[in-house]
Amino acid sequence: MPALHRDDIAHLARLSRLQLTDAERDHYGEQLEVILAAVARVAEVAADDVPPTTHAVPVVNVTRPDVVVPCLPRGDVLSGAPAAEDDRFRVPRILDEEEQ
Amino acid sequence: MTTTSRDALMSFEDAIATFDPVMGLEVHVELNTHTKMFCGCPTAFGAAPNTQVCPVCLGLPGALPVVNEKAVESAIRIGLALGCSIAPWSRFARKNYFYPDMPKDFQTSQYDEPIAFDGALDIVVETDDGPQSITVGIERAHMEEDTGKISHLGGATGRIHGADYSLIDYNRAGVPLIEIVTKPIEVVPALAPAVARAYVTELRELIVALGVSDAHMHQGSMRVDANLSLKPRGRSEFGTRTETKNVNSIRSVERAVRFEIQRQAAVLSSGGTIVQETRHFHENDGSTTSGRVKEEAEDYRYFPEPDLTPVAPDEAWVEALRATLPESPLLKRARIRQEWGLSEHDMQSLINAGALDLVEQTVALGSDPADARKWWTGEIARISNERGLDVAVLPITPADVNRIIVLTSEGALNDKLARQVIEGVLAGEGGPDEVVASRGLAVVSDDGALMEAIDDALAAQPDIADKIRDGKVQAAGAIVGAVMKATSGKADAARVRELILERVTGV
Amino acid sequence: MSDLTRLDASETAASVAAGQVTAREVTSAHLDRVNQTDEQVHAFLHIDRNLALAAADAVDAARAAGEPLGPLAGVPLALKDVFTMRGAPTTCGSKILDGWRPPYDSTVVERLRQAGVVVLGKTNMDEFAMGSSTENSAFGVTHNPWDLQRIPGGSSGGSSAAVAARQAPLAIGTDTGGSIRQPAAVTGIVGVKPTYGAVSRYGLVAFSSSLDQGGPFARTVLDAALLHEVMAGHDPKDATSIDAPVPPVVAAARGELGGVDGLKVGVVSQLQGEGYEPGVQARFDEVVELLTSMGADVVEVSCPSFDYALPAYYLIAPSECSSNLARFDGMRYGLRAGDDGANGVEQVMAITRAEGFGPEVKRRIMLGTYALSAGYYDAYYGQAQKVRTLIRRDFEAAYRDVDVLLSPTTPTVAFPIGERADDPIAMYKADLATLPSSLYGGPAMSLPAGLGDEDLPVGVQLMAAVQRDEQVYRVGAALESALQERWGGPLLDRVPELVQGGAA
Repeated sequence: MPALHRDDIAHLARLSRLQLTDAERDHYGEQLEVILAAVARVAEVAADDVPPTTHAVPVVNVTRPDVVVPCLPRGDVLSGAPAAEDDRFRVPRILDEEEQ
Repeated sequence: MTTTSRDALMSFEDAIATFDPVMGLEVHVELNTHTKMFCGCPTAFGAAPNTQVCPVCLGLPGALPVVNEKAVESAIRIGLALGCSIAPWSRFARKNYFYPDMPKDFQTSQYDEPIAFDGALDIVVETDDGPQSITVGIERAHMEEDTGKISHLGGATGRIHGADYSLIDYNRAGVPLIEIVTKPIEVVPALAPAVARAYVTELRELIVALGVSDAHMHQGSMRVDANLSLKPRGRSEFGTRTETKNVNSIRSVERAVRFEIQRQAAVLSSGGTIVQETRHFHENDGSTTSGRVKEEAEDYRYFPEPDLTPVAPDEAWVEALRATLPESPLLKRARIRQEWGLSEHDMQSLINAGALDLVEQTVALGSDPADARKWWTGEIARISNERGLDVAVLPITPADVNRIIVLTSEGALNDKLARQVIEGVLAGEGGPDEVVASRGLAVVSDDGALMEAIDDALAAQPDIADKIRDGKVQAAGAIVGAVMKATSGKADAARVRELILERVTGV
Repeated sequence: MSDLTRLDASETAASVAAGQVTAREVTSAHLDRVNQTDEQVHAFLHIDRNLALAAADAVDAARAAGEPLGPLAGVPLALKDVFTMRGAPTTCGSKILDGWRPPYDSTVVERLRQAGVVVLGKTNMDEFAMGSSTENSAFGVTHNPWDLQRIPGGSSGGSSAAVAARQAPLAIGTDTGGSIRQPAAVTGIVGVKPTYGAVSRYGLVAFSSSLDQGGPFARTVLDAALLHEVMAGHDPKDATSIDAPVPPVVAAARGELGGVDGLKVGVVSQLQGEGYEPGVQARFDEVVELLTSMGADVVEVSCPSFDYALPAYYLIAPSECSSNLARFDGMRYGLRAGDDGANGVEQVMAITRAEGFGPEVKRRIMLGTYALSAGYYDAYYGQAQKVRTLIRRDFEAAYRDVDVLLSPTTPTVAFPIGERADDPIAMYKADLATLPSSLYGGPAMSLPAGLGDEDLPVGVQLMAAVQRDEQVYRVGAALESALQERWGGPLLDRVPELVQGGAA
């Protein structure tokens, strides 16, 4: 059973885009450790030659024809936006990478 | 723009004398399907912002994707044309990372189960010793979706650094993409930049021939990321690679690879190490600059997309699609070169001008190959260069050019007038006949009118007639020029010359 | 009509169709009932009286025009706030979606509208359907009408409470690991998780895509079947939707496919005994005896992999949720926090999600992120999907021998509000018996089995093979009628009267 350090929780929180206080990190760390210990039991099952199941009813090739359907009216598109400008979604500045 | 690189560069010759470059090219092609990868929104380029979106491609809560059948078909055809195996069973996966241009904060893409894998593309590279054939291995071709478009606003530069905020248009989000990834390319070091260029050129030809994408690099419907690393001569393990993005033209591919070879060589020779990072190419000076440093390996937490079913094309369908493949552009070029009797150089300039198909279509309409080539790679290519556009997107068709050639061969136009007709067609004044009519561009073929102009010109320059009589026939050129000027270029220069000689020598 | 809120859905629809009562009258009566009782129960997050009455009026107008009415036309329904519906907010019980009004209808809502079912409003739920008590809602807890100090189950606790409190004869919930069946059990009503893929997920805000399934709550098996039939059916907008006819659930509920005589019923060894309350076990044992007395051939069935259902579920569902909930980042809709002009986009996303999500959602997102991480995928998510295969094999082996499987729905009766609030593992155990068929994908029903400890409802779970949904209705209807005969009326008649001086 892997022990979860504060750093691990910090890493998980960053990957998950969740800002946590130190106290929250400790609290979630403890809880996640308990939960992980419980779920790690799946490893007890010998399943090397068992294929994974992803769906109850296995189906393949569900597709749709390449036919245009009406889009949302732009008013509807932007009506829920926390911020919009110039018919586009306005978002805070992007620091980490240059536009491609 | 403040993109001038301060990176030290080694000369290309010195770099390739010491290091062997290893390239990997990732090409994204936007399919020209009517609708997006997972929803029925249109994919047209240039629509007003956020007008081609729906709950699915906006990633609204509760919306679900359904695969576009045509996109699968195009993916298979690309795979087949690249000589790939088509997976009898493949899946989509989610590539999880947060970025505001991606409405779901994951990209639906094929990960370890691509639809097409293990193929090859033959290319021809020009070398000092003549053309050389090279086979580029194809690792895989897989389906995925495009992202929205971000504009960085505020701040001083309009670029991401210093921007105050950004605006996002999701019209492009969800447009089907095929990503084509090469196996590591290791060639004679000096050829690496040219190989990169030739590969992208050849791939583009193939995509266009398949009719699955416009493959316009300037519009972003074909995008190239160039991975490059160097290994010191004699070593076998690969060096650390960089990934150069933003390479927006075929010429830039060559420049970007060349720059990275020179830059990495300088770093390595001065005892430095290459940082694994994304770099951005700058069209203005051909440099690359550092983008995001990958401090830790990205953890995309791929897992099979539970909202979609596996793609399992049956063999009969794949074979039926194989039967629809066009002639390979490489073979087609060889055939055409032979049929038209072109030199390797002529052929290459035709391809470089992006005009092969247009010339071929013009010839198919009845024009002589030499005439068709002359116009497409001459005047029309010149204008396309001037405008920074591909020849193929200019508003002139093979039918227009064929008509111009017919008019010229009938003597109704001369070359100068024909250039004006081209100009008129490109200006949207209508077809060649309409332009001829509206601009009044017909050749003056009335000998009487020409004789008048010749007599005027001879009278103005009496010494010329003497020279001609003395046998200096080339002196007639001055009179021809004067007559052409007097008739605003509407005369047939050859006929004018004949008439001058008749008049002066009385023959 | 004396009290329209006491009628079953099928009776109500018949009365509306016959012109004995209007849809508007029925709807008004239920809206009034909500007004009178919801301060105590808090089943609803959003009620739009005008919208509901307009839908009722449309039914009345259709009837007046002589148009054919569906079998549930004019019947009020409480909709879990996880389905999108134009004209109403969709919150999923989360602050992060507070105020979001979706610009599109879920397929389920479209079907309800076509059928003339009147949506009264949106019901409370555990945030993004993660929980077994509805305590994880950002908008307050819902109270169990049987005992207001206790939980109504979850995550569809608002829907189960609404039906148990007679605020609506029908409700819709979603079930990922038991979120319909467990609330149905602890509130003494019928709840069905159809075969995965039977009901379109288009417009159902995803928690765990490979497990989520919408389904009906009702006071009777027949009502549940009628609603099942309205909801189910192929939807081209959901690639995982089953493209086959809906099994004959209504015919089965009407007894037209026969009773239990001669049917083979399997009792799952792993889903009883240790960990199950004495009162729960006692009611379950009585049901087994009753079935035997009715002519069913009851056998014990062992499904050893079921012991691993809980760990497998708590890897698969969090993994999928960590990805499904990524889109709630404050960029396009819903809450945005921390956008002070100085913070970059990454920080604003992190602050928004920290403020917008509750603790259980955060726990599961981090757990799922962990389980999908490089280096852990094979040991966790990959292994859990293999366990899923083993569970499926256990079910398939069992259904070669028996027609339906039987177990208690939950290990305990409704527990007191707050008891398990900060003990995730204790909370997760509420779903012990419902998880296997979620992972398998087959249909499962919870049916009232009587009262257990503290005179609170106990449910029995009926499970059947994939696409054999009619089987649970067939057995459920026969059992329901035998049990009611024994009780001398519906179990729900014993729910305490919430309104002082109200009709007994």
